[in-house]
Amino acid sequence: MENQFFVDSEKLSDGALAKKHQLEQDPASRKDPLEYFPDMEQIDSPVRARVIAAMEAYDYASYTAADVRRALNHDSCTVEDFKALLSPAAQPFLEEMAARARLETSRHFGNTVYLFTPLYIANYCENYCVYCGFNCYNDIKRLQLDAGQIEHEMQVIASSGMEEILLLTGESKTKSNVSYIGEACKLARKYFKNVGLEIYPVNTEDYRYLHECGADYVTVFQETYDLKKYETLHLLGHKRVWPYRFEAQERALRGGMRGVGFSALLGLSDFRKDALATALHVYYLQRKYPQAEFSLSCPRLRPIINNDKINPLDVGERQLCQILCAYRIFLPFAGITVSSRESAAFRNGIAKICATKISAGVSTGIGDHEEKYTGKDEARTGDEQFEICDTRSLEAMYADMVAEGLQPVLNDYLYV
Amino acid sequence: MVRINGEDKAAAGKSLCDYLQEAGYDRRAIAVEYNEVILPKQDYETTVLQDGDVVEIVCFMGGG
Amino acid sequence: MEKQEDCLVIGGHRFYSRFILGSGKYSLQLIEAAVRDAGAEIVTLAVRRANTKEQENILDYIPKGVTLLPNTSGARNADEAVRIAHLARELGCGDFVKIEIMRDSKYLLPDNGETIKATERLAKEGFVVMPYMYPDLNVARDLVEAGAAAVMPLAAPIGSNKGLATKEFIQILIDEIDLPIIVDAGIGKPSEACAAMEMGAAAIMANTALATAGNLPLMAAAFKDAIAAGRKAYLAGLGRVLTRGAAASDPLTGFLHD
Repeated sequence: MENQFFVDSEKLSDGALAKKHQLEQDPASRKDPLEYFPDMEQIDSPVRARVIAAMEAYDYASYTAADVRRALNHDSCTVEDFKALLSPAAQPFLEEMAARARLETSRHFGNTVYLFTPLYIANYCENYCVYCGFNCYNDIKRLQLDAGQIEHEMQVIASSGMEEILLLTGESKTKSNVSYIGEACKLARKYFKNVGLEIYPVNTEDYRYLHECGADYVTVFQETYDLKKYETLHLLGHKRVWPYRFEAQERALRGGMRGVGFSALLGLSDFRKDALATALHVYYLQRKYPQAEFSLSCPRLRPIINNDKINPLDVGERQLCQILCAYRIFLPFAGITVSSRESAAFRNGIAKICATKISAGVSTGIGDHEEKYTGKDEARTGDEQFEICDTRSLEAMYADMVAEGLQPVLNDYLYV
Repeated sequence: MVRINGEDKAAAGKSLCDYLQEAGYDRRAIAVEYNEVILPKQDYETTVLQDGDVVEIVCFMGGG
Repeated sequence: MEKQEDCLVIGGHRFYSRFILGSGKYSLQLIEAAVRDAGAEIVTLAVRRANTKEQENILDYIPKGVTLLPNTSGARNADEAVRIAHLARELGCGDFVKIEIMRDSKYLLPDNGETIKATERLAKEGFVVMPYMYPDLNVARDLVEAGAAAVMPLAAPIGSNKGLATKEFIQILIDEIDLPIIVDAGIGKPSEACAAMEMGAAAIMANTALATAGNLPLMAAAFKDAIAAGRKAYLAGLGRVLTRGAAASDPLTGFLHD
């Protein structure tokens, strides 16, 4: 399936094109994905070995309806129960799983749903991840907002009433360095009560610095826990180093962050195994860092610019719903974020079962909030990472959630 | 006087070994703390009790 | 699932019995029968001032091959517990110690804070430390960090035979702590021991329930069977309970597209 991702831009030099093709075609030309770069901190943690061993041993076809019924009747969901709930045998029990998930959600979160918006401040990227619109070989408009532009975007967003923001960059440590991101955090603290980060993984000391600048949540998507598959999709750049990415949340917690977010990009590899690994990643880290907050996301692959021919391993809505219900039953304390990649109907429905946080007023482009929020044209904007599906504004989302019987929460957070 | 298991005994000048024998302790079954330090069994002969010493002699008993 | 030998591992030592027997409050002559009929491999003991009038040595009554688990009862703080543990080791019973620190002589509740301190010190010295504690998740985590080999939460006040009064909290420890959880104190009946084992407890420690029974060796055998039954039920995976009635309502998943 790899080839369907490859897109050759006409603007690449002959040399760049040759390098790109070599990376794509010759595995020996790629760096060892287990080997850290010299500037990467290595921590000693048993979590990765435990997660991967469990994932590799997971034989989901061996679970039966009886296993699923037993899991649904346990007061606390064991790892074995969770494996049953993720298995194909659980598909006919989706309605029962949803009922149980709703019970767990209401026990931990009441009927609230948190609203936030992402803000992309730069789309420069030094990785070649074959499925991503921001990848370094893709011909897109690159942009990095300066402090004034960032503040302007934040003012536009804050004036809509939003109180929680997630700052995102492409993965370019040279273009968007830690101090640049730190300055963005300081600005964000002026306009928002809660600042999260979704940036390239950094070392503990950098997380500590970013926390001091005002960020308190770090989300890093592992994309896939299947190393063999990961290696064929992340061909170049820091992101190629698979274990460094895996350990990002642990470094963030050691750096003082309050919470960490996780996800696989479902559909890159076997989604049941990836979902198991994602949840176990949370499970083992929660046991090690019980003071921390944890959240899960659930992206599926969507079309990217210059490539509308993608045909991901199929994760349908029913399967996505099953995964999210299983997450909720196994990890009742974890937040579950559902992004605007999903439809309004799906997000309305899933928020009543197990999702606890949804985005509103979303743009995945760079510097285009004024255009999108007010209709006013901006001179220069950067291209989007992916197309979104649910385009509701904060105001519309707030009203819709109330209409669904949920209590939207803009913020109940205290930065300490 | 020597304070042994909370009682003053006129045992100064005796070796611990002699005292234990005279008092009827079974050496196999006891441990001795001499001035807050546990005394190895081989030191019982060479330890001479002095005025002001505090000795605790303990053994196992039933417990939960 | 692969068939594995079901054994209890404490500090690297393997045990096949999950019944830890107390030896207090009954005559030495009954110990041998109690250990035999309980199938116990671990017996607890206390350290006390030796009395010259009593010439009997409890160790002579405990069958060979049984692991001795001296407790630190009588200690009111960590210093005293460490001191008693040192004396116990000098008495020649190996490196196991059950930390028991009580600052309260009315209810005899364990002092969790002092217990953490004593655990840390004794674990550093190489003891296999089994702290008796009030079931508090944060304390249990601190005990893991401190180097405990197992955690021993109380089920009810010691000696009360009141059963699993702290059931919900013990379940939390079982779910969250990666060490054997051994339910200690308060278990009065074999059925309660069985219930704790069904919940996933690694072992049961009992003393007063036996000491106050009409026929001690027979009660020891009853506990043995109950603990084994509860363990098997836990390993088998409890089946369906029909109390969680599904409330009829609009389907939650009607919005799904495919």
